[in-house]
Amino acid sequence: MSDTAADPRLLRAPPKRGIRLSWADERFRSIIWQILVVGLVAGVIWWLVRNTAHNLEVRRIATGWGFLSREAGLPVAESLIPYSPTDTYARALLVGVLNTLKIAVVGVVVATILGTLIGIARLSRNWLLSRIAAAYIEVVRDLPLLLQLLFWYAILQGLPSPRQSLNPATGVFLSNRGLKLPWIQWQDAHSFALLGLVLGILGAFFYARSARAKQMADGQPRKVWPVALGLVLGLPLAIWAAYGAPWQGDIPALRGFNFQGGLTVTPEYFALLIGLVMYTAAFIAEIVRAGILSVPKGQWEAAEALGLQRGRIMRMIVLPQALRVIVPPMTSQYLNLTKNSSLAVAIGYQDIVSISNTTLNQTGQAIEGIAIIMVVYLTISLSISLFMNWYNARIALVER
Amino acid sequence: MKPMRLSTFRVFGAAALAVALAVPAMAQQPAQSAATMDAVKSRGTLSCGVNTGLAGFAQPDSQGRWQGFDVEYCRALAVALFNDASKVRYVPTTAQNRFTALQSGEVDMMARNTTATLSRDTSLGLDFLAVNFYDGQGFMVKSSLGVKSAKELDGATVCVQPGTTTEQNLTDWFRSNNLKFTPVIIERLEELVSAYVAGRCDAYTTDVSGLAATRSAQPNPAEHVILPEVISKEPLALAVRHGDQRWADLVRWTHNALVAAEELGINSKNVEQAAANDQRPEAQRLLGKTGGLGQMLGVSDNWAVNVIKAVGNYGEIFERHLTPLGIQRGPNAQWTQGGLQYSPPFR
Repeated sequence: MSDTAADPRLLRAPPKRGIRLSWADERFRSIIWQILVVGLVAGVIWWLVRNTAHNLEVRRIATGWGFLSREAGLPVAESLIPYSPTDTYARALLVGVLNTLKIAVVGVVVATILGTLIGIARLSRNWLLSRIAAAYIEVVRDLPLLLQLLFWYAILQGLPSPRQSLNPATGVFLSNRGLKLPWIQWQDAHSFALLGLVLGILGAFFYARSARAKQMADGQPRKVWPVALGLVLGLPLAIWAAYGAPWQGDIPALRGFNFQGGLTVTPEYFALLIGLVMYTAAFIAEIVRAGILSVPKGQWEAAEALGLQRGRIMRMIVLPQALRVIVPPMTSQYLNLTKNSSLAVAIGYQDIVSISNTTLNQTGQAIEGIAIIMVVYLTISLSISLFMNWYNARIALVER
Repeated sequence: MKPMRLSTFRVFGAAALAVALAVPAMAQQPAQSAATMDAVKSRGTLSCGVNTGLAGFAQPDSQGRWQGFDVEYCRALAVALFNDASKVRYVPTTAQNRFTALQSGEVDMMARNTTATLSRDTSLGLDFLAVNFYDGQGFMVKSSLGVKSAKELDGATVCVQPGTTTEQNLTDWFRSNNLKFTPVIIERLEELVSAYVAGRCDAYTTDVSGLAATRSAQPNPAEHVILPEVISKEPLALAVRHGDQRWADLVRWTHNALVAAEELGINSKNVEQAAANDQRPEAQRLLGKTGGLGQMLGVSDNWAVNVIKAVGNYGEIFERHLTPLGIQRGPNAQWTQGGLQYSPPFR
């Protein structure tokens, strides 16, 4: 756009005049209407809150948040943080929130990878591959998710009992009590090494960015991978070695009723993860396919005419354009997956809904319990939305 | 506390109840004393909160009619008020929404295997009246496991339903016995039982009556054993809103009438004859021939005759619904038989 021949629309100055306190004044009218609407909404909310408080008091129903610091006494099957029934309701609810995040984060990542692969397979020139992908999408997409979860849970329960468990590799056991994996006895050194890994990844990211900026300046390509590898792998290994490289295996072994030790993936978590991932992946596959198809064929041809390799065309020409189509509906899928994880109650995975339900049942404080569930989902969903909107803005078409 | 079924969407139920508490403005005044009986009488039907479906206690039969031990109490109250057992609106309540249903006035009374506890009595705005079933929590395991006592369950995986006293009793008991367990917590009863049957858990825990009902429903009941330990007291009681003494009196004494009738040997078959001929003073007062006790409760003097004729005495109700499930009278026997069912005198 040239800056001398100005757009005529921009030339017309907005009308500037004071508001007249008259119904004939459009701006005055609109302000009055807005005040009325906001007042009405606020009034209804105030009325509901006051009424609830009044009714609760008259009926002698306990209210307030005091129950959060009381002993919960409820058992939790799996937890990311140490938890025992003597802990408070607040801690039990925190366990629930972390369990919801555990399923949502892993689910979103795996569903994205699987969905993208299926979406690309659906576009494959290989007839069999594309038909299998198409059949998968149609079948999985059309069955209710709850049914699928129950199906996967039933399948996992059909596995043999611990004493007859499948043992595909040393220390790995698969039974109706879940998947048992060998693990290491976790110590501080491992936590610090994990921190080192995160720092290494961040360092590598910034190094790659600065290398790219330098390349933009002088046109000289730089090798990034040796330094990146050193940061990502070397840093955590060095920290681990500095602590004396502790390494003690924790191999699951059958004792009494069940396996002791090792890392456990419970059938409940596994069934929920498979169900959510497969269901959501079917939708993501269609979104990915739509995104790739939305890039005109001419883009491929033009890039090929410039002599670019196919991989580069995909990475630098097609994908950036496809992502603009993919990201907004993908956000919805991520939100769906997170909210669908509340179906966990049906198969006994203790997410925030499950634990909050139990809490409100034992304390009788339904309003507080439901409020907690709503706040948790709202927070997670808004965080996903904010991140995806930021990412969407970043990859959006920048006109120069 | 008893398990419940069909409650996958209990979140929505609770949300709806939150609204139910918020919306009925001052229009529906909360229970003032003596308001409930008048409200029920002028409405013409009794709203009775029951389980969503538990064999033996409350479950619709193949014709959709509610049947069960608890259901008989709803019918008994309808007979006491209207002399018509069909004047009941059954409101299925889940473990989660039951208390709010009572608090908000959606139901007039609850006969829904609900354990009476102190905190429920005080902080939920309700009153527990009469214990119509003394229960206790137990464990069931597969007989193939070879376990003879719950003390041998160290390290076991235990299937349990969430959100009830059952869950807390379980943790308390294992904690006080220094044993460890892994819970599997599933809300829907069908899913929970199928997880136990499939071997996901070593043991299944709930009230002993519930265990017996589940066991009798298995294709081969002999494959399951109920362990001898009873780890909790579960007095399942009738409940009404706090503060309406007149209504509470009628519900409490209707239960007492059923128990007293059994003690006096009066049942649905001989009650009319007894009302005419029985010379025992206590029987005459119970059946309304003397004493005017019905008037004191605000119903007709022959209310107990009608009730016993319609639903039978306590023992008949028990035999009709719970004996077929293999549940023994145990603590629910008459006090004269060494049980706990004991009616104060009709005087």
